[in-house]
Amino acid sequence: MNFPILSSLILLPTIGALFIFFVRSSNSQYQSSKYVALFITLANFFLSLYLWIIFDKSIVDFQFVEEREWISGFVNYKVGVDGISILFILLTTFITPICVITVNATIKNRLKDFLIAILILETFMIGVFCSLDLVVFYLFFEAGLIPMFLIIGIWGGERRVYSAFKFFLYTLLGSVLMLVAIISIYWITGTTDVIKLYELGIDAKYQNLLWLAFFSSFAVKTPMWPVHTWLPDAHVEAPTAGSVLLAAILLKMAGYGFIRFSLGLFPDASLYFVPLVYTLSLIAIIYTSLVALMQEDMKKLIAYSSVAHMGFVTLGIFTMTQQGIEGSIFQMISHGLVSAALFLCVGVVYDRLHTRLINRYGGLVSIMPKYAIVFMVFTLGALGLPGTSGFIGEFLVLMGAFKKNILVATIASLGVILGAAYMLWLYKRIIFGKLINEDVKKMVDLKRFEIVTLWLLVLPIIFFGFYPEPLINSIEVSVANMIDMNDLDKINKLALGE
Amino acid sequence: MENLQLIIPELFISIIIMFLLIFGVFKKNSSQIVYNLTTVSLVAALALIINLDTQIQSSLFNNSYNIDSLARFMKILLILSGIFVMLSSSKYIQINKISKIEYPILILCSILGMMVMISSNDLIVFYMGLELQSLALYVLASFNRDNLLSTESGLKYFVLSALSSGLLLYGCSLIYGFSETTNFNQIMVNTKEIEYGLTFGIVFILVGLAFKISAVPFHMWAPDVYQGSPTSVTVFFALLPKIAALTVFIRFLYIPFYELGDQWQMIIIFLSIASMVFGAVAAIGQKNLKRLIAYSSISHMGYALAGLSTGTTQGVQSSITYITIYLVMNLAFFSCLFMLKRNDEYYENIEDLSGLSKNHPLLSLSLLVVLFSLAGIPPLAGFFAKFYIFVAVINEKMYFLAIVGLLATVIAAFYYLRIIKIIYFDPEKEKFESKHNLGLKFTLVASTFFILAYFIYPSGIVNIISQININ
Repeated sequence: MNFPILSSLILLPTIGALFIFFVRSSNSQYQSSKYVALFITLANFFLSLYLWIIFDKSIVDFQFVEEREWISGFVNYKVGVDGISILFILLTTFITPICVITVNATIKNRLKDFLIAILILETFMIGVFCSLDLVVFYLFFEAGLIPMFLIIGIWGGERRVYSAFKFFLYTLLGSVLMLVAIISIYWITGTTDVIKLYELGIDAKYQNLLWLAFFSSFAVKTPMWPVHTWLPDAHVEAPTAGSVLLAAILLKMAGYGFIRFSLGLFPDASLYFVPLVYTLSLIAIIYTSLVALMQEDMKKLIAYSSVAHMGFVTLGIFTMTQQGIEGSIFQMISHGLVSAALFLCVGVVYDRLHTRLINRYGGLVSIMPKYAIVFMVFTLGALGLPGTSGFIGEFLVLMGAFKKNILVATIASLGVILGAAYMLWLYKRIIFGKLINEDVKKMVDLKRFEIVTLWLLVLPIIFFGFYPEPLINSIEVSVANMIDMNDLDKINKLALGE
Repeated sequence: MENLQLIIPELFISIIIMFLLIFGVFKKNSSQIVYNLTTVSLVAALALIINLDTQIQSSLFNNSYNIDSLARFMKILLILSGIFVMLSSSKYIQINKISKIEYPILILCSILGMMVMISSNDLIVFYMGLELQSLALYVLASFNRDNLLSTESGLKYFVLSALSSGLLLYGCSLIYGFSETTNFNQIMVNTKEIEYGLTFGIVFILVGLAFKISAVPFHMWAPDVYQGSPTSVTVFFALLPKIAALTVFIRFLYIPFYELGDQWQMIIIFLSIASMVFGAVAAIGQKNLKRLIAYSSISHMGYALAGLSTGTTQGVQSSITYITIYLVMNLAFFSCLFMLKRNDEYYENIEDLSGLSKNHPLLSLSLLVVLFSLAGIPPLAGFFAKFYIFVAVINEKMYFLAIVGLLATVIAAFYYLRIIKIIYFDPEKEKFESKHNLGLKFTLVASTFFILAYFIYPSGIVNIISQININ
């Protein structure tokens, strides 16, 4: 492996950002900086696609590993991918160009700065999914706060300052404990290299506290009930592209972290805390679904539905079964696509009417038929109709859960019904109903770039709904290895008293 | 006599001080020339220090003056900061009409005093250096004598500092009384048994030193003096005395009192926690940028002390790294402050920054980088500074200190974010001047670049610092 393909993936967006930064700004060049950003992000997407193609799905080990001395004698810069992380990288590089396309309509001022923020953010996001060293992971994980804080704060809505602060301080507070845990791991085992840590294992007596420290960070980021309150605020105030990135990728960092670190490094503690995670996940699924039902703001509704969906993800991960974990990963990818699409859909109507209140809309089907079609696909994807990617994820998660605990699985299934309720009701109130509002009548149907972006998202949602094989194929070996390596099955059996 | 070449930098600065005094008195309107000569001679002094043989590890004058790796590194840091302070503040002192010949000479005196402090290995030499730097600083604080705030701050600093010097001196005499020597190494040998007098002596000395680096609860002077002094003096206050005082802290704790770790560890931990938390909380309500940075530096000193409290070489090295990065961040911050100028008037309230990013994108970007770095957000240099501290602290299993420190960073993040909010999210105000002198621009660009690019090669500074050994 000579060509450092992962480092190029990480660095390319930053190089693009620097390029945009150094090009002198004038109004005419705003357009050109957009093309630069689009070019860079697309190049990154194809690079990661190429990575996925040459990635050997039958090998358990991490591939394309790069290692370089960084803080001498202490931390090495180490990146690599396995079947799980490569999907998240692909998701990141797929969603970012879509965000870049949408900036035209949504960002009115300081376009250049916005593009730079998005590109820098992409670097950090890819870095999170690649890093194979705890310190490097923490670095990327935290650094993402800076661009996101600015995206919400500069280009956000009315209460942007409040939301930006809440977002930043919540996540920072959550993750400082993780830093303590990471340094402690270094002093306990002598390394922060994830691969070595997998081999060494961590003494069971330390695991519980370390697990809690990691959990505090991931739970805020996921977000799990009761620390989810920053998410609706952040989503509502962020500009469309910001909401999309937040929902599609930033939330997935935590789910990824749960699999890679909580399960991978602290299997005993993970088992010990299963009841806690189950409880919080179930509360998230049921409670936030009910809250979502009552929302009058579209973005808030989708934000709460994200919390509920992430509840499925955490539930699936901590069933610690092959199906459960695969389902969770699938659910994350699917939710990344669907929630991104839903936020784009909200953005489309928001740009026209400048309100997100559901009751201001109604009867859009007669004036925006194209919009009605794509919105329907995404609604169905969100509620998990068979034939969309949402179904596969939820189904696998529930399968894993039924294997473990029937009560938990039954309650979680209720969440699916509630999900259908709030999504369909949302669709009904916006698309159907009487066309009363005069402003709504003046709205025009999708423009060309909107059609492109939205259909780009429709395709994978339906494709993976019918044919999930490529994704499952890619994660299967890695998940099986994760379960094997940590004897999660054995631990499970012991716990069940078999 | 051949040892004399080891203190050539100090001798050089003393001679320059005398020369400049005579030169300034006899030549009329020479303030600008004296200022520039001072800067040049600081560069020369830096060259002289770097030129010294690095291998030499020796004690001069009956073992009372140490030339070792710690002294060498700290002196380089000191002179470098001095040069950058001179470069960045030249325009400021002209506009505020404090450009007198005494100003640069007092700065040189103070730097000389600090160099003596850094190298001291004896209670009396240490006290001499301390007084030389303090006396110069009293005058500097009140240098803008027509300004009420400036005179007030000078007086305040003088009174409180004299009190703390008194305590320190009392501590020194107690130590001398119980150990029968003033030499640091001898004190270590003579104080195997713990006696009450000795403990009191340590406490008094620590109080005096805590005052010098403005650690809570001996911080009361800092906000007033920072705000009242001319900004060019504030930046001096924020950088150089901290280097000297921290070095003396290291020397005291790790040479004479090393064996008495149980006696001082709790004190340092208390000072550290109190400074981190108080600095973070008190800064939230501030409206003046200089006052805010005073509280922020109190909090930063808490982190530096946390490294010292571990009692390990690694802890000391992490503190030195911390102070190095702290210097660069503060230098960058004050350079930004020097740029907030409109019609020959400098602005220093947080509100004046409102909407700065629209008119001055580059300046605001630097401020953004500096503030996030001060808050300790990766991948900026400030994060690494805190990271090394926590690595050292957690290695000693001091989890409580680490967690309090990290929570304090979250609180502190709030007020740094508030400034960023005002710069980036708020409506714009009148433009500031965009023409600045070269030295100021260079200082800002160099320090911002250091903060931004630190993560690319973090080993560089760590490797240099890891060669410093403290007995």
